[in-house]
Amino acid sequence: MAPPANRRSGFSRRAQYSTFFSYAAGVIGAVVGLVLLVVAIVNPNAFALLRGAAADVTEPAAQASAGGRSATREFFAEVSGFFTTGSEHARLERELAEAKVRLAEAQATKDENRRLKQLLDLRDDNMQPVTYARLVGSTGGSTRRFATLGAGADRGVAKGMPIRSPLGLVGRVLEVGASSSRVLLITDTESLVPVRRARDGVAAFAQGQGDGTIRIRLINLGLNPLRPDDVLVTTGSGGLYRPGTPMAVVTKLLRDGAIARVLSNPSDTDYVTVERAWAPAPPPPAEAKPGSE
Amino acid sequence: MPLLSRTESMVRQRINRRPSRLLAGSLPWLTIMLGSVAPGWVLIASAPVLPPLGFLMFLAWRQLRPGLMPIWAGLPLGLFDDLFSGQPFGTAVLLWSICAIVLEVIEARLPWRNFLTEWLVAIGLIIAYIILCLGISNIAGAAAPLRVIVPQVVISVLSYPLVGRFVALIDRLRLTPFMVLR
Repeated sequence: MAPPANRRSGFSRRAQYSTFFSYAAGVIGAVVGLVLLVVAIVNPNAFALLRGAAADVTEPAAQASAGGRSATREFFAEVSGFFTTGSEHARLERELAEAKVRLAEAQATKDENRRLKQLLDLRDDNMQPVTYARLVGSTGGSTRRFATLGAGADRGVAKGMPIRSPLGLVGRVLEVGASSSRVLLITDTESLVPVRRARDGVAAFAQGQGDGTIRIRLINLGLNPLRPDDVLVTTGSGGLYRPGTPMAVVTKLLRDGAIARVLSNPSDTDYVTVERAWAPAPPPPAEAKPGSE
Repeated sequence: MPLLSRTESMVRQRINRRPSRLLAGSLPWLTIMLGSVAPGWVLIASAPVLPPLGFLMFLAWRQLRPGLMPIWAGLPLGLFDDLFSGQPFGTAVLLWSICAIVLEVIEARLPWRNFLTEWLVAIGLIIAYIILCLGISNIAGAAAPLRVIVPQVVISVLSYPLVGRFVALIDRLRLTPFMVLR
């Protein structure tokens, strides 16, 4: 392709100046970007208000696209379900029979738990979720794993609240706007969740790797007790995530930990639950004895 | 005869038409902004798999019509992209501005170009952009390894010609003459 002919400034002083100034403006743009970047790195919350406002403005469109997304998923599920309906039905019936027995057992355990808690004089904290909402968008083109939640301060969402789906932990609220909020997903590399093995309570940390998997780091070094298909649940230490929320399944063992798969894949979740931050009461301060140094 | 003259003006004029100035000026900016917002709506991704569509559009517009958008266009468009990309604020402002300047320089050095050279230049810029984005977000607190972005780089590089096609389509729409010149 031939070069466009009209881009030479020639002898026109005016054209030369305007070329020069446009280049200067380009360089100024880069410098402004650098300054913004430094501000954002030093103070990550500096532009939270701006981002929140932008997310609020685009929230209705994002809600609509989220609806379209779930409709597409349901369409494909229905088509594939048409072919497997017979075997699926038989399996579900078998599982339902088992589940009914388990439900009765669970009810008994729950009653017993309540009775024991009454004996110990513990009171149940507020288990009611704050709200239900859709994950309407995410940062699919960036290495950071943020999602946008379709509920904000208008529905009682506050910073630090954990987000979960029926399948497991999804993330926590990072910034709150008027009608939307920004969620840090557990697969982000900055997300660190204290977990334990559901079976026996082997303690570990779960850190996102940025590619959809989670790195499990054991706290106790030595022989690696983890096995594939172990389920990891949150411990509740740190007071952010409610203890016992299922989170990940171990898929691959490493020398000092494991790689795990997230239980609740955010691309499959339609509605998520916003919960209150689980903060047990801090221990009473030790009273200073009079006279002692 | 007033009746006849009215029918004559109803007939679509074949000459003396020009494109809408508003449309011709605003469509590049609007498509790039749409490209910044849209990837977030496609899916709730648990890994970086979607191409940075805003940047690809920006690149394609600059390569198709050098000089259509001013060199400082990276500043406002980058600001808009930063609101939605999830990168530390200012990443796109910085990288898009630098990219525009680099493209101008290449444009001046390499006036004759074809599909392959344009794609090669774009591949270089896209890979540099994605790796620098990873580096900047790692400086700002993340710790993602380099292998995380490999699928994204491949998808972005392969989807660039498609983005270029789309931009060319929009460009034709942009210059469709339908307003009657007076």
